[in-house]
Amino acid sequence: MDEVLLRSLTPSVLGILVRRGADFAAAEDAVQDALVEAVRAWPADQPRDPKGWLVTVAWRRFLDATRADTARRRREDHADEEPTPGPAPAVDDTLQLYFLCAHPSLTPSSAVALTLRAVGGLTTRQIAHAYLVPEATMAQRISRAKRTVSGVRFDQPGDVATVLRVLYLVFNEGYSGDVDLAAEAIRLTRQLRSAVDHPEVAGLLALMLLHHARRAARTAADGSLVPLAEQDRGRWDTVSIAEGVEILQAALARDRLGEFQAQAAIAALHADAPTAEETDWVQIVEWYDELARLTDSPVVRLNRAVAVGEADGPRAGLAALVALDDALPRRAAVAAYLHERDGDLATAARLYAEAARKAPNLAERDHLTRQAARLNTRR
Amino acid sequence: MAKYLLLKHYRGAPAPVNDVPMDQWTPDEISAHMQYMRDFATRLEGTGEFVDGQALAPEGTFVRYDGEGRPPVTDGPFAETKDLIAGWMVLDVDSYERAIELAGELSAAPGAGGKPIHEWLEVRPFLAAPPTISE
Repeated sequence: MDEVLLRSLTPSVLGILVRRGADFAAAEDAVQDALVEAVRAWPADQPRDPKGWLVTVAWRRFLDATRADTARRRREDHADEEPTPGPAPAVDDTLQLYFLCAHPSLTPSSAVALTLRAVGGLTTRQIAHAYLVPEATMAQRISRAKRTVSGVRFDQPGDVATVLRVLYLVFNEGYSGDVDLAAEAIRLTRQLRSAVDHPEVAGLLALMLLHHARRAARTAADGSLVPLAEQDRGRWDTVSIAEGVEILQAALARDRLGEFQAQAAIAALHADAPTAEETDWVQIVEWYDELARLTDSPVVRLNRAVAVGEADGPRAGLAALVALDDALPRRAAVAAYLHERDGDLATAARLYAEAARKAPNLAERDHLTRQAARLNTRR
Repeated sequence: MAKYLLLKHYRGAPAPVNDVPMDQWTPDEISAHMQYMRDFATRLEGTGEFVDGQALAPEGTFVRYDGEGRPPVTDGPFAETKDLIAGWMVLDVDSYERAIELAGELSAAPGAGGKPIHEWLEVRPFLAAPPTISE
């Protein structure tokens, strides 16, 4: 049985229950129960209509959980247990679920958890493992999130941008565990793209595909980080790259540029270079200029300084750094790199060590410590 | 079984024998050190004695309550003299002696020149729940 295929039915099944009048929190629990039941029962006896099966079982679970425990009520409800025949408006329901789970009243961590469970069909245990928190903590986070959105009307239109931010978080801050959250984020973004026609949804999907394509090359056998310039480009996934580029080009052709399309364009230019030396840094700087117009984030200006350093030389890159706050994360690492390229190895080593002390995660800290060590121990 | 916390200090512990900061090692020496730490944790997972291991950023802030309706008071990061925890490993072992033995092995992780660091680690017993049979 294909568990991902099974989980892909989650949002439309949940949508049907809500359309039939089930409240969101109870319907979501019922769908989870039905998924668990499917995992148990399907390997031996796969139903011909998997979605119809899930709707029937989930609806029954919902009724079991909510109705008063009298025989009379049970007889009355029995007629309601039969699924409504005919196709349900699955696409709209799926989109509404994305909006609900990314509702602006939710904190980012709650929106991520609720999206993975209600739209992604993951279990609380899987989500807890992925984010390295106890299962009870994740269960509380999800049930609080469901209470928070319980008053939101299901047919109320939402903002695609909030949904994209949640999916971006799943992709970018996915940790470990038995679920591949990066792949899950791609799946959910793909599913969103089939539910809504929006160039930034395409932009985000392209961005994810282009970064995911580099994954095998990003870490060495011992787990250490391999920077972009040193990656074995033969290990990049060309199928992912081709798909990402195609999706991006179609989105850009619509002339409604947004930050995810611009970021994807930068990733596509890296993907397009057969070697690091052949990277079109001039065009990358132009895209960072676009991105700075769209977002004006200091992180964008920091990355732009790196690109300027490659396009116009390290001195130009260092000049672009001057206006940026010293406290900006990774600024010291960028300064170290530019000073090394400029030939000032002592300053570079000092800044690499400083950057290592400020590193936000172990992999970056180890990488930056190695860079300092490499310069300090050169013969 | 009893749980023990092995604490590694950035500052505040006595100086190790092989006292060279990591950014002065060669990249290969760093790799060897990382490998030793990974192997150590993997081995203890295999023996059923590993509970948790975490690393901490070198800067922290002290915070305290400052009265009703007022924001908390913060202080720090502090100057070089203060004690500073770098990270920990939690073990669940049969005896204090076993905890000491393992801390000794962890302290032998290779550093500059590929030689053991002889780093001082602090071993702290957890205060556990009381036993069911108390008399």
